[in-house]
Amino acid sequence: MNADLLVVRALVLRALNEITRVPGAAIPGVLAPTIFMVGLASVFGKAADLPGFTSDDFLTFIVPVGLLQGAGFTGAATGVNLARDIEQGWFDRLLLCPAPRAALLTGIIASAGLRAMLPATFLFAVAMALGVDFPGLIGLLVAVPLVMGFACLMACWGVILALRFRSQQAAPLMQMGNFVAVLFSTSYAPKELLAGWLEVFATLNPVTLVLEGIRQGFVGDVTWGDTWPAFLALALLLAAFGGLAVRGLRRYGV
Amino acid sequence: MTRVVVALARRALVNAFRRPQFLAPLLIFPTLFLAVNTGGLNRTTDLPGFPEVDGFLDFQLAAAMTQSLLLGGVTAGIALALEIEGGFFDRLVASPIPRVAIVLGRLVAAGVLAAVQIVYFTVLGLAFGASIHGGVPGFLAILAIGMLAGMGFGAIGTTLALRARSASTVQGIFPLVFVILFVSSAFSPRDLLSSPADTIAKYNPLSYIADGMRDPVISSVSAAPLLEGLAAAGLVAAGGLAMSVAALRGRLRDA
Repeated sequence: MNADLLVVRALVLRALNEITRVPGAAIPGVLAPTIFMVGLASVFGKAADLPGFTSDDFLTFIVPVGLLQGAGFTGAATGVNLARDIEQGWFDRLLLCPAPRAALLTGIIASAGLRAMLPATFLFAVAMALGVDFPGLIGLLVAVPLVMGFACLMACWGVILALRFRSQQAAPLMQMGNFVAVLFSTSYAPKELLAGWLEVFATLNPVTLVLEGIRQGFVGDVTWGDTWPAFLALALLLAAFGGLAVRGLRRYGV
Repeated sequence: MTRVVVALARRALVNAFRRPQFLAPLLIFPTLFLAVNTGGLNRTTDLPGFPEVDGFLDFQLAAAMTQSLLLGGVTAGIALALEIEGGFFDRLVASPIPRVAIVLGRLVAAGVLAAVQIVYFTVLGLAFGASIHGGVPGFLAILAIGMLAGMGFGAIGTTLALRARSASTVQGIFPLVFVILFVSSAFSPRDLLSSPADTIAKYNPLSYIADGMRDPVISSVSAAPLLEGLAAAGLVAAGGLAMSVAALRGRLRDA
Protein backbone atom coordinates (compact mmCIF):
# COMPACT_ATOMS: atom_id res chain seq x y z
CA MET A 1 0.00 0.00 0.00
CA ASN A 2 1.14 3.53 -0.73
CA ALA A 3 3.03 5.03 2.27
CA ASP A 4 0.71 8.05 2.45
CA LEU A 5 -2.33 5.79 2.54
CA LEU A 6 -0.76 3.84 5.39
CA VAL A 7 -0.46 7.10 7.36
CA VAL A 8 -4.09 7.96 6.64
CA ARG A 9 -5.18 4.48 7.67
CA ALA A 10 -3.18 4.61 10.90
CA LEU A 11 -4.68 7.95 11.89
CA VAL A 12 -8.21 6.78 11.07
CA LEU A 13 -7.69 3.64 13.15
CA ARG A 14 -6.33 5.73 16.02
CA ALA A 15 -9.47 7.89 15.97
CA LEU A 16 -11.71 4.82 15.81
CA ASN A 17 -9.76 3.28 18.72
CA GLU A 18 -10.90 6.13 20.92
CA ILE A 19 -14.50 4.95 20.59
CA THR A 20 -13.69 1.51 21.97
CA ARG A 21 -11.13 2.69 24.54
CA VAL A 22 -13.13 5.63 25.93
CA PRO A 23 -16.75 4.78 25.05
CA GLY A 24 -18.02 7.22 27.69
CA ALA A 25 -16.60 10.15 25.73
CA ALA A 26 -18.59 9.15 22.64
CA ILE A 27 -21.93 8.76 24.41
CA PRO A 28 -22.94 12.46 24.60
CA GLY A 29 -22.16 12.91 20.89
CA VAL A 30 -24.30 9.89 20.04
CA LEU A 31 -27.18 10.68 22.37
CA ALA A 32 -27.42 14.46 21.93
CA PRO A 33 -28.65 14.55 18.29
CA THR A 34 -31.21 11.84 18.99
CA ILE A 35 -32.46 13.59 22.12
CA PHE A 36 -32.64 16.81 20.16
CA MET A 37 -34.60 15.17 17.34
CA VAL A 38 -37.10 13.34 19.56
CA GLY A 39 -37.44 16.35 21.86
CA LEU A 40 -38.08 18.78 19.03
CA ALA A 41 -40.67 16.44 17.56
CA SER A 42 -42.50 16.20 20.85
CA VAL A 43 -42.41 19.96 21.41
CA PHE A 44 -43.07 21.25 17.90
CA GLY A 45 -44.75 18.18 16.39
CA LYS A 46 -48.01 20.04 15.75
CA ALA A 47 -46.17 22.36 13.34
CA ALA A 48 -46.69 19.67 10.69
CA ASP A 49 -50.41 20.59 10.77
CA LEU A 50 -49.62 24.02 9.37
CA PRO A 51 -50.76 24.60 5.78
CA GLY A 52 -47.78 24.38 3.44
CA PHE A 53 -45.77 21.94 5.53
CA THR A 54 -44.21 19.38 3.18
CA SER A 55 -44.53 16.39 5.51
CA ASP A 56 -47.43 15.23 7.62
CA ASP A 57 -45.03 14.08 10.33
CA PHE A 58 -42.63 16.54 11.98
CA LEU A 59 -40.33 13.76 13.22
CA THR A 60 -39.84 12.51 9.66
CA PHE A 61 -39.14 16.08 8.55
CA ILE A 62 -36.37 16.61 11.10
CA VAL A 63 -34.59 13.25 10.89
CA PRO A 64 -32.10 14.76 8.40
CA VAL A 65 -31.46 17.60 10.86
CA GLY A 66 -30.52 15.04 13.51
CA LEU A 67 -28.29 13.18 11.05
CA LEU A 68 -26.42 16.37 10.15
CA GLN A 69 -26.16 17.45 13.78
CA GLY A 70 -24.68 14.09 14.74
CA ALA A 71 -22.19 14.45 11.89
CA GLY A 72 -21.43 18.00 13.00
CA PHE A 73 -20.84 16.96 16.61
CA THR A 74 -18.44 14.28 15.37
CA GLY A 75 -16.61 16.79 13.20
CA ALA A 76 -16.33 19.24 16.09
CA ALA A 77 -15.10 16.43 18.36
CA THR A 78 -12.33 15.77 15.81
CA GLY A 79 -11.26 19.39 16.18
CA VAL A 80 -11.35 19.14 19.99
CA ASN A 81 -9.28 15.94 19.88
CA LEU A 82 -6.70 17.64 17.65
CA ALA A 83 -6.56 20.59 20.08
CA ARG A 84 -5.97 18.10 22.90
CA ASP A 85 -3.17 16.45 20.90
CA ILE A 86 -1.62 19.89 20.31
CA GLU A 87 -1.87 20.79 24.02
CA GLN A 88 -0.25 17.51 25.03
CA GLY A 89 2.53 17.78 22.45
CA TRP A 90 1.51 14.63 20.58
CA PHE A 91 0.73 16.52 17.39
CA ASP A 92 4.21 18.12 17.36
CA ARG A 93 5.71 14.64 17.52
CA LEU A 94 3.41 13.57 14.69
CA LEU A 95 4.66 16.46 12.56
CA LEU A 96 8.23 15.25 13.02
CA CYS A 97 7.47 11.95 11.31
CA PRO A 98 8.40 11.73 7.62
CA ALA A 99 4.84 11.94 6.31
CA PRO A 100 3.35 14.68 4.14
CA ARG A 101 1.18 17.07 6.12
CA ALA A 102 -1.64 16.54 3.62
CA ALA A 103 -1.70 12.85 4.56
CA LEU A 104 -1.87 13.71 8.26
CA LEU A 105 -4.74 16.09 7.61
CA THR A 106 -6.56 13.57 5.42
CA GLY A 107 -6.29 10.91 8.13
CA ILE A 108 -7.68 13.21 10.82
CA ILE A 109 -10.56 14.43 8.66
CA ALA A 110 -11.43 11.06 7.13
CA SER A 111 -11.79 9.60 10.61
CA ALA A 112 -14.64 12.03 11.25
CA GLY A 113 -16.52 10.70 8.22
CA LEU A 114 -16.36 7.15 9.56
CA ARG A 115 -17.09 8.07 13.18
CA ALA A 116 -20.17 10.00 12.06
CA MET A 117 -21.79 6.68 11.20
CA LEU A 118 -22.11 5.88 14.91
CA PRO A 119 -24.56 8.68 15.87
CA ALA A 120 -26.21 8.40 12.46
CA THR A 121 -26.93 4.69 12.85
CA PHE A 122 -28.25 5.12 16.38
CA LEU A 123 -30.45 8.06 15.40
CA PHE A 124 -31.73 6.26 12.30
CA ALA A 125 -32.62 3.18 14.36
CA VAL A 126 -34.50 5.30 16.92
CA ALA A 127 -36.33 7.15 14.13
CA MET A 128 -37.38 3.85 12.51
CA ALA A 129 -38.52 2.54 15.90
CA LEU A 130 -40.65 5.66 16.33
CA GLY A 131 -42.42 5.08 13.04
CA VAL A 132 -40.47 7.13 10.50
CA ASP A 133 -40.82 5.58 7.03
CA PHE A 134 -37.76 3.89 5.52
CA PRO A 135 -36.30 6.33 2.98
CA GLY A 136 -35.57 3.53 0.50
CA LEU A 137 -32.23 2.15 -0.59
CA ILE A 138 -31.60 5.03 -2.97
CA GLY A 139 -32.52 7.53 -0.28
CA LEU A 140 -29.98 5.91 2.04
CA LEU A 141 -27.34 5.74 -0.69
CA VAL A 142 -27.72 9.49 -1.12
CA ALA A 143 -27.93 10.29 2.60
CA VAL A 144 -24.94 8.28 3.85
CA PRO A 145 -22.20 9.98 1.77
CA LEU A 146 -23.77 13.37 2.44
CA VAL A 147 -23.73 12.75 6.20
CA MET A 148 -20.14 11.46 6.08
CA GLY A 149 -19.09 14.37 3.89
CA PHE A 150 -20.70 16.85 6.25
CA ALA A 151 -18.79 15.31 9.18
CA CYS A 152 -15.57 15.81 7.18
CA LEU A 153 -16.59 19.41 6.48
CA MET A 154 -17.17 20.14 10.17
CA ALA A 155 -13.91 18.34 10.98
CA CYS A 156 -12.15 20.77 8.61
CA TRP A 157 -13.77 23.63 10.52
CA GLY A 158 -12.67 22.08 13.83
CA VAL A 159 -9.12 21.54 12.54
CA ILE A 160 -8.88 25.15 11.32
CA LEU A 161 -9.87 26.40 14.79
CA ALA A 162 -7.69 23.86 16.62
CA LEU A 163 -4.63 24.90 14.59
CA ARG A 164 -5.45 28.56 15.13
CA PHE A 165 -6.20 28.52 18.88
CA ARG A 166 -4.21 25.39 19.85
CA SER A 167 -6.52 24.90 22.84
CA GLN A 168 -9.56 22.81 23.71
CA GLN A 169 -11.12 26.04 24.92
CA ALA A 170 -12.06 26.68 21.29
CA ALA A 171 -14.57 23.80 21.54
CA PRO A 172 -17.68 26.05 21.84
CA LEU A 173 -16.65 27.84 18.63
CA MET A 174 -16.35 24.50 16.85
CA GLN A 175 -19.84 23.50 18.04
CA MET A 176 -21.27 26.86 17.15
CA GLY A 177 -20.21 26.49 13.52
CA ASN A 178 -22.15 23.24 13.34
CA PHE A 179 -25.15 24.77 15.07
CA VAL A 180 -25.36 27.78 12.75
CA ALA A 181 -24.69 25.78 9.58
CA VAL A 182 -27.39 23.19 10.27
CA LEU A 183 -30.12 25.13 12.03
CA PHE A 184 -30.06 28.38 10.04
CA SER A 185 -31.46 26.51 7.07
CA THR A 186 -34.76 24.80 6.31
CA SER A 187 -34.16 22.64 9.38
CA TYR A 188 -37.47 23.33 11.16
CA ALA A 189 -39.83 24.16 8.30
CA PRO A 190 -40.03 24.48 4.52
CA LYS A 191 -38.62 27.74 3.18
CA GLU A 192 -42.08 29.19 2.53
CA LEU A 193 -42.97 28.97 6.22
CA LEU A 194 -39.80 30.57 7.57
CA ALA A 195 -39.66 34.15 8.79
CA GLY A 196 -38.38 36.52 6.09
CA TRP A 197 -34.86 36.95 7.50
CA LEU A 198 -34.39 33.21 8.02
CA GLU A 199 -35.71 32.47 4.52
CA VAL A 200 -32.98 34.72 3.10
CA PHE A 201 -30.36 33.12 5.35
CA ALA A 202 -31.52 29.60 4.42
CA THR A 203 -31.40 30.46 0.71
CA LEU A 204 -27.82 31.73 1.01
CA ASN A 205 -26.71 28.87 3.28
CA PRO A 206 -25.29 26.05 1.10
CA VAL A 207 -25.95 23.53 3.89
CA THR A 208 -29.67 23.95 3.07
CA LEU A 209 -28.97 22.09 -0.20
CA VAL A 210 -27.18 19.29 1.68
CA LEU A 211 -30.04 19.05 4.17
CA GLU A 212 -32.66 18.92 1.41
CA GLY A 213 -30.58 16.29 -0.40
CA ILE A 214 -30.77 14.03 2.66
CA ARG A 215 -34.39 14.91 3.40
CA GLN A 216 -35.79 14.06 -0.04
CA GLY A 217 -35.80 10.30 0.57
CA PHE A 218 -37.60 10.72 3.89
CA VAL A 219 -40.40 13.02 2.74
CA GLY A 220 -40.84 11.87 -0.87
CA ASP A 221 -39.01 10.55 -3.89
CA VAL A 222 -35.31 10.93 -4.57
CA THR A 223 -34.78 13.13 -7.62
CA TRP A 224 -31.68 14.09 -9.55
CA GLY A 225 -32.74 17.72 -9.20
CA ASP A 226 -32.41 17.58 -5.41
CA THR A 227 -29.37 15.29 -5.42
CA TRP A 228 -26.74 17.01 -7.56
CA PRO A 229 -27.00 20.42 -5.85
CA ALA A 230 -26.46 18.70 -2.47
CA PHE A 231 -23.29 16.94 -3.63
CA LEU A 232 -22.01 20.00 -5.49
CA ALA A 233 -22.57 22.28 -2.48
CA LEU A 234 -20.82 19.80 -0.19
CA ALA A 235 -17.91 19.35 -2.61
CA LEU A 236 -17.40 23.11 -2.90
CA LEU A 237 -17.61 23.58 0.87
CA LEU A 238 -15.13 20.74 1.42
CA ALA A 239 -12.75 22.25 -1.14
CA ALA A 240 -12.95 25.67 0.52
CA PHE A 241 -12.66 24.54 4.14
CA GLY A 242 -10.19 21.76 3.27
CA GLY A 243 -8.02 24.39 1.57
CA LEU A 244 -8.15 26.59 4.68
CA ALA A 245 -7.25 23.61 6.87
CA VAL A 246 -4.25 22.80 4.63
CA ARG A 247 -3.14 26.44 4.83
CA GLY A 248 -3.50 26.35 8.63
CA LEU A 249 -1.40 23.22 8.84
CA ARG A 250 1.30 24.68 6.57
CA ARG A 251 1.52 27.74 8.78
CA TYR A 252 1.53 25.66 11.98
CA GLY A 253 4.88 25.73 13.70
CA VAL A 254 6.47 27.97 11.05
CA MET B 1 -19.81 34.02 57.47
CA THR B 2 -21.45 36.69 55.25
CA ARG B 3 -18.05 38.18 54.39
CA VAL B 4 -16.73 34.77 53.37
CA VAL B 5 -19.82 34.03 51.26
CA VAL B 6 -19.54 37.40 49.51
CA ALA B 7 -15.80 36.95 48.92
CA LEU B 8 -16.27 33.46 47.48
CA ALA B 9 -19.21 34.63 45.34
CA ARG B 10 -17.13 37.50 44.02
CA ARG B 11 -14.27 35.17 43.24
CA ALA B 12 -16.59 32.79 41.38
CA LEU B 13 -18.03 35.68 39.34
CA VAL B 14 -14.62 37.15 38.50
CA ASN B 15 -13.45 33.71 37.37
CA ALA B 16 -16.59 33.27 35.26
CA PHE B 17 -16.18 36.63 33.53
CA ARG B 18 -12.46 35.97 32.98
CA ARG B 19 -13.27 32.78 31.08
CA PRO B 20 -15.53 33.76 28.19
CA GLN B 21 -15.47 30.15 26.97
CA PHE B 22 -17.61 29.27 30.00
CA LEU B 23 -19.92 32.25 29.76
CA ALA B 24 -20.43 32.20 25.99
CA PRO B 25 -22.51 28.99 25.90
CA LEU B 26 -24.90 30.46 28.50
CA LEU B 27 -25.78 33.36 26.27
CA ILE B 28 -24.84 32.45 22.71
CA PHE B 29 -26.43 29.00 22.43
CA PRO B 30 -29.82 30.06 23.85
CA THR B 31 -29.67 33.19 21.66
CA LEU B 32 -29.08 31.10 18.55
CA PHE B 33 -31.86 28.75 19.61
CA LEU B 34 -34.16 31.69 20.17
CA ALA B 35 -33.38 33.01 16.70
CA VAL B 36 -33.91 29.64 15.00
CA ASN B 37 -37.09 28.85 16.92
CA THR B 38 -38.69 32.21 16.25
CA GLY B 39 -37.54 32.33 12.63
CA GLY B 40 -38.34 28.72 11.81
CA LEU B 41 -41.55 28.16 13.69
CA ASN B 42 -43.12 31.61 13.89
CA ARG B 43 -46.27 30.31 12.18
CA THR B 44 -47.02 27.93 15.06
CA THR B 45 -48.85 30.82 16.74
CA ASP B 46 -51.60 30.13 14.14
CA LEU B 47 -52.17 26.64 15.54
CA PRO B 48 -55.42 26.09 17.44
CA GLY B 49 -54.75 26.12 21.19
CA PHE B 50 -51.83 28.54 21.01
CA PRO B 51 -52.28 31.38 23.54
CA GLU B 52 -52.89 34.93 22.35
CA VAL B 53 -49.43 36.51 21.81
CA ASP B 54 -48.08 39.48 19.88
CA GLY B 55 -45.45 37.26 18.28
CA PHE B 56 -43.62 33.98 18.68
CA LEU B 57 -40.58 35.86 20.05
CA ASP B 58 -42.67 36.98 23.05
CA PHE B 59 -43.54 33.36 23.72
CA GLN B 60 -40.00 32.01 23.21
CA LEU B 61 -38.25 34.59 25.37
CA ALA B 62 -38.97 32.67 28.59
CA ALA B 63 -37.75 29.46 26.90
CA ALA B 64 -34.40 31.09 26.11
CA MET B 65 -34.13 32.39 29.69
CA THR B 66 -34.92 28.96 31.15
CA GLN B 67 -32.44 27.24 28.85
CA SER B 68 -29.75 29.77 29.72
CA LEU B 69 -30.38 29.36 33.46
CA LEU B 70 -30.11 25.57 33.17
CA LEU B 71 -26.84 25.88 31.27
CA GLY B 72 -25.70 28.25 34.02
CA GLY B 73 -26.15 25.39 36.49
CA VAL B 74 -23.97 23.12 34.34
CA THR B 75 -21.33 25.85 34.10
CA ALA B 76 -21.34 26.37 37.88
CA GLY B 77 -20.79 22.63 38.29
CA ILE B 78 -17.93 22.57 35.78
CA ALA B 79 -16.25 25.53 37.50
CA LEU B 80 -16.37 23.81 40.89
CA ALA B 81 -15.23 20.49 39.42
CA LEU B 82 -12.22 22.25 37.90
CA GLU B 83 -11.40 23.68 41.34
CA ILE B 84 -11.64 20.20 42.84
CA GLU B 85 -9.41 18.78 40.09
CA GLY B 86 -6.93 21.64 40.51
CA GLY B 87 -6.70 21.26 44.30
CA PHE B 88 -8.10 24.72 45.16
CA PHE B 89 -11.17 23.18 46.76
CA ASP B 90 -9.01 21.17 49.20
CA ARG B 91 -7.11 24.32 50.18
CA LEU B 92 -10.46 26.04 50.75
CA VAL B 93 -11.63 23.20 52.98
CA ALA B 94 -8.40 23.39 54.99
CA SER B 95 -8.85 27.14 55.60
CA PRO B 96 -10.61 28.41 58.75
CA ILE B 97 -13.97 29.28 57.18
CA PRO B 98 -17.46 27.82 57.66
CA ARG B 99 -17.59 25.02 55.12
CA VAL B 100 -21.18 25.69 54.12
CA ALA B 101 -19.93 29.08 52.90
CA ILE B 102 -18.15 27.24 50.06
CA VAL B 103 -21.54 26.13 48.70
CA LEU B 104 -23.38 29.34 49.57
CA GLY B 105 -20.77 31.49 47.85
CA ARG B 106 -21.26 29.56 44.65
CA LEU B 107 -25.05 29.85 44.91
CA VAL B 108 -24.93 33.62 45.43
CA ALA B 109 -22.70 33.85 42.35
CA ALA B 110 -25.21 31.72 40.41
CA GLY B 111 -28.00 34.08 41.48
CA VAL B 112 -26.09 37.17 40.33
CA LEU B 113 -25.20 35.47 37.05
CA ALA B 114 -28.87 34.56 36.61
CA ALA B 115 -29.79 38.25 36.97
CA VAL B 116 -27.29 39.08 34.21
CA GLN B 117 -28.82 36.38 32.01
CA ILE B 118 -32.37 37.65 32.60
CA VAL B 119 -31.39 41.25 31.84
CA TYR B 120 -29.54 40.16 28.70
CA PHE B 121 -32.50 38.25 27.27
CA THR B 122 -34.96 40.98 28.23
CA VAL B 123 -32.88 43.61 26.43
CA LEU B 124 -32.41 41.27 23.46
CA GLY B 125 -36.14 40.60 23.27
CA LEU B 126 -37.02 44.29 23.49
CA ALA B 127 -34.45 45.11 20.81
CA PHE B 128 -36.04 42.63 18.42
CA GLY B 129 -39.63 43.72 18.96
CA ALA B 130 -40.87 41.81 21.99
CA SER B 131 -42.73 43.70 24.66
CA ILE B 132 -43.06 43.05 28.39
CA HIS B 133 -46.80 43.48 28.89
CA GLY B 134 -46.41 43.37 32.67
CA GLY B 135 -44.14 46.44 32.59
CA VAL B 136 -41.59 47.03 35.35
CA PRO B 137 -43.45 44.88 37.92
CA GLY B 138 -43.53 42.14 35.30
CA PHE B 139 -39.78 42.42 34.73
CA LEU B 140 -39.17 42.28 38.50
CA ALA B 141 -41.31 39.13 38.69
CA ILE B 142 -39.23 37.54 35.89
CA LEU B 143 -36.04 38.57 37.68
CA ALA B 144 -37.19 37.08 41.00
CA ILE B 145 -38.17 33.73 39.48
CA GLY B 146 -35.03 33.68 37.31
CA MET B 147 -32.62 34.41 40.15
CA LEU B 148 -34.22 31.83 42.42
CA ALA B 149 -34.20 29.23 39.65
CA GLY B 150 -30.62 30.15 38.70
CA MET B 151 -29.51 29.53 42.28
CA GLY B 152 -31.36 26.22 42.28
CA PHE B 153 -29.75 25.04 39.04
CA GLY B 154 -26.38 26.26 40.36
CA ALA B 155 -26.92 24.18 43.49
CA ILE B 156 -27.71 21.08 41.40
CA GLY B 157 -24.55 21.69 39.32
CA THR B 158 -22.57 22.08 42.55
CA THR B 159 -23.99 18.80 43.85
CA LEU B 160 -22.96 17.00 40.68
CA ALA B 161 -19.46 18.46 40.85
CA LEU B 162 -19.05 17.42 44.51
CA ARG B 163 -20.23 13.90 43.73
CA ALA B 164 -18.45 13.40 40.40
CA ARG B 165 -15.30 15.46 41.12
CA SER B 166 -14.64 15.58 37.37
CA ALA B 167 -15.35 18.45 34.99
CA SER B 168 -15.84 16.12 32.03
CA THR B 169 -18.46 14.10 33.92
CA VAL B 170 -20.38 17.26 34.80
CA GLN B 171 -20.08 18.38 31.16
CA GLY B 172 -21.55 15.01 30.16
CA ILE B 173 -24.94 16.00 31.59
CA PHE B 174 -25.27 18.66 28.88
CA PRO B 175 -27.68 16.52 26.78
CA LEU B 176 -29.76 15.96 29.91
CA VAL B 177 -30.46 19.70 30.02
CA PHE B 178 -32.28 19.36 26.73
CA VAL B 179 -34.20 16.30 27.89
CA ILE B 180 -35.51 18.22 30.91
CA LEU B 181 -36.35 21.21 28.71
CA PHE B 182 -38.15 19.17 26.06
CA VAL B 183 -40.44 17.57 28.63
CA SER B 184 -41.60 20.93 29.92
CA SER B 185 -43.78 23.70 28.53
CA ALA B 186 -40.73 25.95 28.06
CA PHE B 187 -40.82 25.85 24.25
CA SER B 188 -44.46 25.17 23.52
CA PRO B 189 -47.83 25.40 25.32
CA ARG B 190 -48.59 22.22 27.27
CA ASP B 191 -51.72 21.55 25.18
CA LEU B 192 -49.64 21.39 22.01
CA LEU B 193 -47.00 18.97 23.34
CA SER B 194 -47.06 15.39 22.12
CA SER B 195 -47.62 12.53 24.51
CA PRO B 196 -45.92 11.61 26.87
CA ALA B 197 -44.14 15.01 27.04
CA ASP B 198 -47.44 16.73 27.87
CA THR B 199 -48.01 14.49 30.90
CA ILE B 200 -44.44 14.79 32.17
CA ALA B 201 -44.57 18.56 31.65
CA LYS B 202 -47.44 18.75 34.12
CA TYR B 203 -45.13 17.50 36.90
CA ASN B 204 -41.93 19.18 35.70
CA PRO B 205 -41.08 22.25 37.84
CA LEU B 206 -39.37 23.72 34.80
CA SER B 207 -42.80 24.16 33.18
CA TYR B 208 -43.93 26.38 36.05
CA ILE B 209 -40.66 28.31 36.10
CA ALA B 210 -40.91 28.98 32.34
CA ASP B 211 -44.64 29.78 32.48
CA GLY B 212 -44.06 32.06 35.49
CA MET B 213 -41.44 34.04 33.54
CA ARG B 214 -43.53 33.99 30.35
CA ASP B 215 -46.77 35.30 31.82
CA PRO B 216 -45.50 38.87 32.49
CA VAL B 217 -44.17 38.98 28.91
CA ILE B 218 -47.34 37.94 27.09
CA SER B 219 -49.93 39.37 29.51
CA SER B 220 -50.11 41.42 32.66
CA VAL B 221 -48.74 40.02 35.93
CA SER B 222 -51.22 37.48 37.29
CA ALA B 223 -51.05 35.91 40.72
CA ALA B 224 -51.37 32.23 39.81
CA PRO B 225 -48.48 31.82 37.30
CA LEU B 226 -46.28 34.14 39.36
CA LEU B 227 -46.83 32.21 42.59
CA GLU B 228 -46.49 28.86 40.81
CA GLY B 229 -43.26 30.05 39.21
CA LEU B 230 -41.85 31.30 42.50
CA ALA B 231 -42.89 28.10 44.28
CA ALA B 232 -41.31 25.87 41.61
CA ALA B 233 -38.10 27.93 41.57
CA GLY B 234 -38.05 27.95 45.37
CA LEU B 235 -38.53 24.18 45.41
CA VAL B 236 -35.61 23.68 43.02
CA ALA B 237 -33.46 26.10 45.05
CA ALA B 238 -34.30 24.48 48.40
CA GLY B 239 -33.88 20.96 47.04
CA GLY B 240 -30.65 21.90 45.29
CA LEU B 241 -29.25 23.55 48.42
CA ALA B 242 -30.10 20.54 50.58
CA MET B 243 -28.50 18.18 48.05
CA SER B 244 -25.36 20.29 47.68
CA VAL B 245 -24.87 20.59 51.45
CA ALA B 246 -25.32 16.81 51.77
CA ALA B 247 -22.83 16.28 48.92
CA LEU B 248 -20.36 18.63 50.63
CA ARG B 249 -20.66 16.69 53.88
CA GLY B 250 -20.14 13.44 52.00
CA ARG B 251 -17.07 14.85 50.28
CA LEU B 252 -15.63 16.07 53.61
CA ARG B 253 -16.26 12.66 55.16
CA ASP B 254 -14.38 10.96 52.33
CA ALA B 255 -11.47 13.42 52.50
